[in-house]
Amino acid sequence: MNEGLEPVADSNGGAMEVATRDVIAPGHTFSTVTDKISSIVLARRTPPGWWFGFAAAFLLTNLLMLAVAYLVLKGTGIWGVNVPVGWGFAIVNFVWWIGIGHAGTLISAILLLLKQSWRTSINRFAEAMTLFAVACAGLFPILHTGRPWLAIYWLFPYPNTMGIWPQFRSPLIWDVFAVSTYATVSLLFWFVGLIPDLATLRDRSQSRVGRVVYGMLAMGWRGSSMHWHRYETAYLLLAGIATPLVVSVHTVVSFDFAIAILPGWHTTIFPPYFVAGAIYSGFAMVLTLAIPIRAIYGLEDFITSRHLQNMAKVMLVTGLVVAYGYLTEAFIAWYSADPFESYVPFNRGTGFYASQYWSLIACNIVVPQLLWFKKVRTSTRALFTIAIIVNIGMWLERYIIVVTSLHRDFLPSSWGNYAGTFWDWSTFVGTLGLFLALLFLFVRFLPMISIAEMRAMLPEAKVEGRE
Amino acid sequence: MSRDDQRDPNAEPRTNPAPRILNVDAVPAGAAPVPARFWRTLEEHAGDSRFDAFVRQEFPSQVEAIVDPVQRRTFLKLMGASMALAGFSACTRQPAEPIVPYVRQPEELIPGRPLFYATAMSLGGVASGLLVECHEGRPTKVEGNALHPGSLGAADVFGQAAILGLYDPDRARTLTRLGEIQAWPSFLGAMRAALTAQTPLQGAGIRILTESIASPTLGAQIHEILARFPSARWHQWDPASGDQARAGTKLAFGEYLGVQYHFDRADVVLTLDADVLSCGPGSLRYARDFAARRRPGDRPMNRLYAVEVMPTPTGARADHRLALRPGQIEPAVRRLAAAVGAPGAASVDSGRSAAFVDAVAADLRAHRGACLVVAGAEQSPAVHALAHAINGALGNIGRTITYTDPVEVEPTDQLASIRALVDDMNAGRVDLLVVVSGNPVYTAPPDLKFGDAMGRVPVRVHLSLHEDETSALCHWQIPESHFLESWSDARAFDGTVSIVQPVIAPLYETRSAHELLAALSERPERSAYDIVRGFWSRETITPEFEARWRRWVHDGAVPDTAFAPKAVGGAAVPPPGADGPAAAGGFEIAFRADPSVLDGRFANNGWLQELPKPITRLTWDNAVLVSPATAARLEAGGMPATTGGEHGQIISDVVEVRCQGRSVQGALFVVPGHADDCATVHLGFGRTRGGRVAPGVGFDANALRAASALSFAAGAEIVKTGRTHPLACTQYHFLMEGRHTVRAVTLEEFERDPAAMTEGDETPPKTLTLYPEFPYDGYKWGMAIDVNACIGCNACVVACQAENNIPVVGKEQVLRGREMHWIRIDTYHRGPAERPETFFQPVPCMQCENAPCEVVCPVGATVHSHEGLNDMVYNRCVGTRYCSNNCPYKVRRFNFLLYQDWDTPSLKLGRNPDVTVRSRGVMEKCTYCVQRINEAKIDAEKEGRTVRDGEIQPACAQTCPAEAIVFGNLNDPGSRVSALKASERNYALLGELNTRPRTTYLGAVRNVNAEIGE
Repeated sequence: MNEGLEPVADSNGGAMEVATRDVIAPGHTFSTVTDKISSIVLARRTPPGWWFGFAAAFLLTNLLMLAVAYLVLKGTGIWGVNVPVGWGFAIVNFVWWIGIGHAGTLISAILLLLKQSWRTSINRFAEAMTLFAVACAGLFPILHTGRPWLAIYWLFPYPNTMGIWPQFRSPLIWDVFAVSTYATVSLLFWFVGLIPDLATLRDRSQSRVGRVVYGMLAMGWRGSSMHWHRYETAYLLLAGIATPLVVSVHTVVSFDFAIAILPGWHTTIFPPYFVAGAIYSGFAMVLTLAIPIRAIYGLEDFITSRHLQNMAKVMLVTGLVVAYGYLTEAFIAWYSADPFESYVPFNRGTGFYASQYWSLIACNIVVPQLLWFKKVRTSTRALFTIAIIVNIGMWLERYIIVVTSLHRDFLPSSWGNYAGTFWDWSTFVGTLGLFLALLFLFVRFLPMISIAEMRAMLPEAKVEGRE
Repeated sequence: MSRDDQRDPNAEPRTNPAPRILNVDAVPAGAAPVPARFWRTLEEHAGDSRFDAFVRQEFPSQVEAIVDPVQRRTFLKLMGASMALAGFSACTRQPAEPIVPYVRQPEELIPGRPLFYATAMSLGGVASGLLVECHEGRPTKVEGNALHPGSLGAADVFGQAAILGLYDPDRARTLTRLGEIQAWPSFLGAMRAALTAQTPLQGAGIRILTESIASPTLGAQIHEILARFPSARWHQWDPASGDQARAGTKLAFGEYLGVQYHFDRADVVLTLDADVLSCGPGSLRYARDFAARRRPGDRPMNRLYAVEVMPTPTGARADHRLALRPGQIEPAVRRLAAAVGAPGAASVDSGRSAAFVDAVAADLRAHRGACLVVAGAEQSPAVHALAHAINGALGNIGRTITYTDPVEVEPTDQLASIRALVDDMNAGRVDLLVVVSGNPVYTAPPDLKFGDAMGRVPVRVHLSLHEDETSALCHWQIPESHFLESWSDARAFDGTVSIVQPVIAPLYETRSAHELLAALSERPERSAYDIVRGFWSRETITPEFEARWRRWVHDGAVPDTAFAPKAVGGAAVPPPGADGPAAAGGFEIAFRADPSVLDGRFANNGWLQELPKPITRLTWDNAVLVSPATAARLEAGGMPATTGGEHGQIISDVVEVRCQGRSVQGALFVVPGHADDCATVHLGFGRTRGGRVAPGVGFDANALRAASALSFAAGAEIVKTGRTHPLACTQYHFLMEGRHTVRAVTLEEFERDPAAMTEGDETPPKTLTLYPEFPYDGYKWGMAIDVNACIGCNACVVACQAENNIPVVGKEQVLRGREMHWIRIDTYHRGPAERPETFFQPVPCMQCENAPCEVVCPVGATVHSHEGLNDMVYNRCVGTRYCSNNCPYKVRRFNFLLYQDWDTPSLKLGRNPDVTVRSRGVMEKCTYCVQRINEAKIDAEKEGRTVRDGEIQPACAQTCPAEAIVFGNLNDPGSRVSALKASERNYALLGELNTRPRTTYLGAVRNVNAEIGE
């Protein structure tokens, strides 16, 4: 296997040869791995599908720009939010995107520390996914405020002549710290991991622009032992820093709700249940992305059936945790004998948003039970479908939590309904576009699988290590 | 003549010259602003041609453009462009209008401190006294006049909304003839010609059409004209005045009489389709007297029975309420008359109401001389006469009901009056028609075809605030001065005279009715001030007139002008069928003046259009109101929409109401407690002209009426059209869902065990927190709201809107659940849908001591004051809306869009300068009128004392006719609010959440008649 590796036309063709336990197909050497991954960026022609996909995503990004411009021009009123439902799509999307990001960190940090070597081939783009998801998520808390031009800096504790600080008791301030820390650490972690590969690209790039740009990004990487030593130390340290974030970020996000006194929000189960939900949706998103990318770029050798199965298993487990969360929430609401609390599950199940609620149960609890079957776990089509369903279900979960709790709270006189408007949907779809556009750029310009780490997985590397 | 000269130089206290639109023609050339002239000279030397253009603009060739609101913007744009071209001259540009600073500060005027002037507002021929708050000459807020017997310090929604009526940018501004701007002298010329032609005919072709007139001076003016032209005729048509009540006294006593009720003396009251507490003459006074008897413990509690078609605020306060179809009311009243022994009354079988009527009759008989029966304005003269006879039989006359001379200048059968006018016009006997206020083309019964008849009159003159439907058909449209801009006088429900004084010079080239009628007299150029003062100086011939006049104007009520009670004979019981054929049966329709816009005269007032109507909580629409059972039979109704839903948007079936060949289409709305097999429709909607707000709102129910049946029509049918219409309803969920938001017990239960009111209440202990309790030394503000006294009249809502610069958001935003009112009247029904108990609960901010909103705000924009107020810092708010989400009372309101009108100049004048005008993206809510608190605190501090109880009244409390809202210092054990909070009826709304609200409620107590049962 040399230069000019052709993408495998039949998505099953390559996979057939790969045993289900393998994390990398047999027969690969250092150079084949490097060739195969770097050629996507450097050598191969940009496939027409890329152009098509990128154009579509870019178009949606423009829709986002339009929606945001109109929002800033007119005000939050272009959305469906009202009194009593003061939060709508924006917060739903925020929580959803943040949740998606979690899988990336979990794969790259926690699985690294747990020495789950199968993670290697998926961690790079899972991390990229995290980064882009956090970028999308970060837009919403700013945009959903009435005066974003002030919110964007008043929420940060900066010294000012008036001596005014944020109100540190508010969970929204905790959010600011949690999310900004998360974004920073994720970016560093991803970038540090990229450095050796950037150097590879610098060395292999045929164009001057590529050499200069990759060269600058590689920060003078020469691959010396000292470099490797420091690199690995830094990488491990970052993994250590990132690990608590997997738990903390969504815990803090859940405080946005749990701290409030609103029935349906004011629940101690929220932190673990949100973290589980985040990992659940994150893995669903990784699968949603990995399955097509693997097929399109012929990466079945690297992202093997074992990867997909493992991710499916993680989904199954976290899905069950989430189901347990739903159950506990409803049980405690009933057990509390509090009329306001016990009304919430009743209203969710039978009220105005019952169809959304039961869709959520179907998407998040019923359908994923199929993952118990190995046949389902090994079928990319079935996995892909289930992943999409779980993504929808997790979005609905946040919609149900945010909207149904607000729309009927304490005083029946203020009960009302909420529905997203065209601009709500535009902003949401727009962030999907932004996310995909960034991903398209990522797979086109950066190695989507870590070359360095993949090489370390090869038998060659192990032999050398033994000596 | 400058119109400021019309003011009495001695009127007390003086108003300041108010800003007016510059009449450039009147300004001598030398009066041009000095800086402009300086620049002019300099630039002319420079010979800058662009600046020449600027000079041309600067000087008043464009003055029409300034006056015309449409052109003004274009003009300003042009100005802006030329300014930019003129370059450096732009930096020092002075306004084109001469600005005159106070050289000597006017007496009594301290910049930043408001002055209050007494005046009065008449509606339907009856006045209520007002006190108008003026900031530097701009009226900004209306209060009731405590010295006026018809107000006692309270004002109703119409009084409260008068400020917006004054500053309404859509008011008619210039005198026009067939749409062309004319000068007042040319109108005078035209009148002179018309009158001269009429002189030989003794004015046989002159017709004056007015509304009911409460002004003795105006009446005298008309009589003066009639004396000059003996064959001229004066007609009256005022849908807001009780034509049938008037006819009722004539039927009962043979003469027109004024009727006064004394609720303070009545132990048992029965209302017959009468919303006597929330609308009609004297309602503010009646509400006060009634509520005073609804506080168990103080005085024996009264008992109210209500028989009505459509649930009204009065019916909601009733201890027993019976819903009857319009046609069922008269038999019930006849049965009652017989039961109480009214002479000549024969008992009739009143059907399903019999048991109720018999029980009420027994109760009334047990309280002879201390009971009261009140018939509603829409009831037939026969029902009114029967009510008088019943009161007579029960010995109430002279005790709980007194009769006086009529308050109106000239009571008349207005339906006959307008019929006669239409006949004369059709017969070509009218040469000159002067319509003084009112909008008869819209309000007259459609089968009279008033507009068509009017078209036959050669000269038609209309005086009105807006260019409305009648203006469109008149030659001369005379813009009317608002009552806050003109001198007049008026009588209250008890006859007390008020001098109406202007609080601002007319904003536009407008005239008052006095000035218009003067134009028809021999001395056409008299000012309203001269006319009114002249009238009273002739009436009161005394050397002390000057001093007295000043006192009258100052107090807003002329002492000793209330009518003395008149002895009346026994009221005759009219024979059945006295009103013509009884209702033909079948489906019935009841026509009502709208609680917000009345007969349509307030249709261009955004505050009133957006005001959730009592009971239905509808805004921006009228609807076909039916009972749940009738709606079920019609298979029509409404569904909460996905956006807004129960708090905002109800998608309602559009039905066609057909009645004797006429039909209208409107949205159906279900009202629990409405009588079955009939529908209520409100008049005043479906306007086609009259400003930007009025047209296109609702449907014109008047189109369904016939002159023969103005209040009720029988034999109607309702058909579903299959279309739907979104109704903007701010509350559609009327059930408490077992949440005890309103506590209510019966009087018997309460007397047996006062703790029954707060049974099951759970207030978390204060030891739950690790923090030490905040001591709240000094002032500790709190509020108590008496649910038992509240009549749901909405006055507090409009008062709050006026005081706190609350914007109008429009129907589209109300549909989304985004209305901005800081206080709302939550309405709850209890019991079966066909006869629910209804409660009103005004909900402002609770000012929680443990405010859930405060902890969640990320920027500290809502913080707690050391006096216990939950303060909003608008500047700091970034609009996360987290506080609103976490507010269990949902009293916070968010500026989702730019709701405030920053552009319209006239609206800027009306804003309260003490309250921040909020912009987009900011949360806002009730502040307990913190601006008033601070003002009183500063005053008290200057005088070295503490604030006295009652010195601070939030706008809602101040205007409440029922005194249901009481505010004060909880640290003062002697304060009224402390006493109320110590009451056994006191409870905290959602107190179990440990929010520790400072606003608490006094639960409702129903004085149930055991014979009828709950």
